[in-house]
Amino acid sequence: MRPELKDFKGFNLKNLPEYEGFAPGHRACQGCGTVLPLKLALKVLGPNTIAVSPTGCMEIISSPFPYTSWKVPWIHVAFENAASVASGIEAAIKVLKRKGKIPKKEKINIVVFAGDGATFDIGLQFLSGALERGHDFIYICLDNEAYMNTGVQRSSATPFGAHTTTSPAGKVIKGQVTWKKNLMGIVVAHNIPYAATASPAFPIDLMNKVKKASLINGPTFLHVFSPCPTGWGCKSEDSILVAKLAVETRIFPLYEVIDGKYVINKLIGHTPIEKSLLGKYGKYVLEKRVTPQKPVEEYFKLQRRFRHLTPEQIKFIQKRVDEEYEKLVKLSEYFGIEE
Amino acid sequence: MEKELAKKISLSINESLKVKKKIGKEVSVAIAEAVAQCKVDVVASYPITPQTHIVEHLADLVNNGELDAEYIPAESEHAAMSACIGAAATGARTFTSTASQGLLLMYENLFIASALRLPIVMVITNRSVSAPISIWNDHSDIMTMRDSGWITIFAENGQEAVDLIYNAYKIAEKALLPVAINIDGFILSHVIEPIEFLDQELVDKYLPPLRMKYKLDPKKPITMGAIGVPEIYTEAKKAQDEALNASYRIIVNAWKEFEKLTGKKYQPIETYQIEDAEVALLIMGSLAETAINAVDLLRKEGKKVGLIRIRLWRPFPLKDFLRAIGKIKALGVVDRAVSHGATGGPVGIEIRSALYQSNKRPRVVNFIAGLSGRDVTVEDFVELFERTYKAINKKPKFSYEIYGVME
Repeated sequence: MRPELKDFKGFNLKNLPEYEGFAPGHRACQGCGTVLPLKLALKVLGPNTIAVSPTGCMEIISSPFPYTSWKVPWIHVAFENAASVASGIEAAIKVLKRKGKIPKKEKINIVVFAGDGATFDIGLQFLSGALERGHDFIYICLDNEAYMNTGVQRSSATPFGAHTTTSPAGKVIKGQVTWKKNLMGIVVAHNIPYAATASPAFPIDLMNKVKKASLINGPTFLHVFSPCPTGWGCKSEDSILVAKLAVETRIFPLYEVIDGKYVINKLIGHTPIEKSLLGKYGKYVLEKRVTPQKPVEEYFKLQRRFRHLTPEQIKFIQKRVDEEYEKLVKLSEYFGIEE
Repeated sequence: MEKELAKKISLSINESLKVKKKIGKEVSVAIAEAVAQCKVDVVASYPITPQTHIVEHLADLVNNGELDAEYIPAESEHAAMSACIGAAATGARTFTSTASQGLLLMYENLFIASALRLPIVMVITNRSVSAPISIWNDHSDIMTMRDSGWITIFAENGQEAVDLIYNAYKIAEKALLPVAINIDGFILSHVIEPIEFLDQELVDKYLPPLRMKYKLDPKKPITMGAIGVPEIYTEAKKAQDEALNASYRIIVNAWKEFEKLTGKKYQPIETYQIEDAEVALLIMGSLAETAINAVDLLRKEGKKVGLIRIRLWRPFPLKDFLRAIGKIKALGVVDRAVSHGATGGPVGIEIRSALYQSNKRPRVVNFIAGLSGRDVTVEDFVELFERTYKAINKKPKFSYEIYGVME
């Protein structure tokens, strides 16, 4: 285990930070599952934070001049380069501390909040460069699985079969024809100290992961599942339920990779939200099989973007989901953390 | 040890004799040393010919402990400029350099850097733009960023390049605008010239530490790069335009202060033998020095010719330019870039537009010459002067001409 995490006991309902870094009154859609994890992350990171956003939903909804939702210093530059901008900020803070222009002991978190388009597609090179150079920053990808800000176009994070405006469910070609890009695999290949997946359906777990990412020196990465009622065609009140089902169907498993060691985060019982609220997610344990697994249809049936799927397509997806999960289990068996 | 001792001795000799010593240096290396003298905090780099020697030498200085800076070896020019934006927004003094395709890859960031009012300094070793790919010198890269809101300055030789680096930080940090210093690729970047550096104390006196009022500081959080809806975009652009125009005064003052300290004079428009000239050429960059030789040659023959050199390209020094044209009857504008399908080269278009603001308008002939390292010799400049002479009485057939095309 990383020495930086030695004293971190984890959050529970009783010790959540009171701080709010993201002001209400922003322009996110009802039920937005992207702004929620962003808000939770800022809560954990606290006021000594500099945030960077590339172009995207979160940038648009938070900063219509002269208003701003950001209580921390925040910068938006362009669509693809948030990781590079963060590199520059990190380098500046490092050298200004060395030169005594910023107090040496002051811990300043540098965090990127980027969508899937800005991370999986247009910003992938920039992310790779920043991870490889080893800047001390946190990159949080809020993945709502398409270009929602421009009106729901497919990205390489869009899941197989999903309808978007550029992967429409047509008479011949039915939705997205490619499998979601394995971004975590790409990120982990950079040998960074910490990468994890998280979901707003498991808020304490998400906050713990943000905290860990901030404690660890060097580049850290969080891939956060972010339901988008507008783009996915689900009810706004269902967005957390959808996020929960994505984990329970193993479409979006929750796991951490700490120094290259895979840890699948355990779900306890049938009501993981309740369990997580009890604080049991402060501790991570190696779990070979997450139980119980639900069939993928349960996740699909709440979302219009999947309504055209044929039984054959669903069967194909179920098979692939199981295979991908099996791979993850194998990785955790071969490269897991010994208790 | 010996090296250090020799350094100390030569310094003390210089001090006692009160003379400045010129040192033979490759211009790229000299630029890097001037950047180091400005005590930059963050250097972001990406290799591209002919700029690479500058960032190589900066890497040497950092890794040898001679420059206390963070060196970001970015994965592209776009990322290098993005990192400069992040670093400058955090209150660090930043530097990068590039050329040609590298500048074009940075393109969208150039507009953002100026609009966010960030005092980044960049050296561009001017190089032609693909296709065909060619590493040699012309101004087709820099001309693409003429509308980007950067303060844009041209050097004619290595000494000017070094001096203009000191000036660039002074100007950028006062105007809160990015500055591009242009040097001709290879023609300047790769030659060894005798260079006179300022003493470090003098640099420190001229260039106080950067203190930005608005930066990414958790103690005073601000939002940078917010959305400008139609209700506010026009005003934002007006404010930026005013800032760039107002930077003229800052630039001139920075050069005046530099003159007081060093005796070296820099002006937005430089002229040569213009007072009584009836025909002049207008040029930017290092070819001006060749053109000066052509002026001397023609003057010996009794021809009243002169030269106008634009040092400050943005903000365009309109008044200085109109003052400089004096009594000339015909002006040959020598462009180093093509503006395809336009009425002239980028400089030619600018000059015709500038002259429209005045009642006295010499006839303008627009040549595009020296594309991608094609030599423009003294003889060529004599030829260009002669063609400009002819234009006094006869309007040229075309609004511009690409000079020296092989038949």
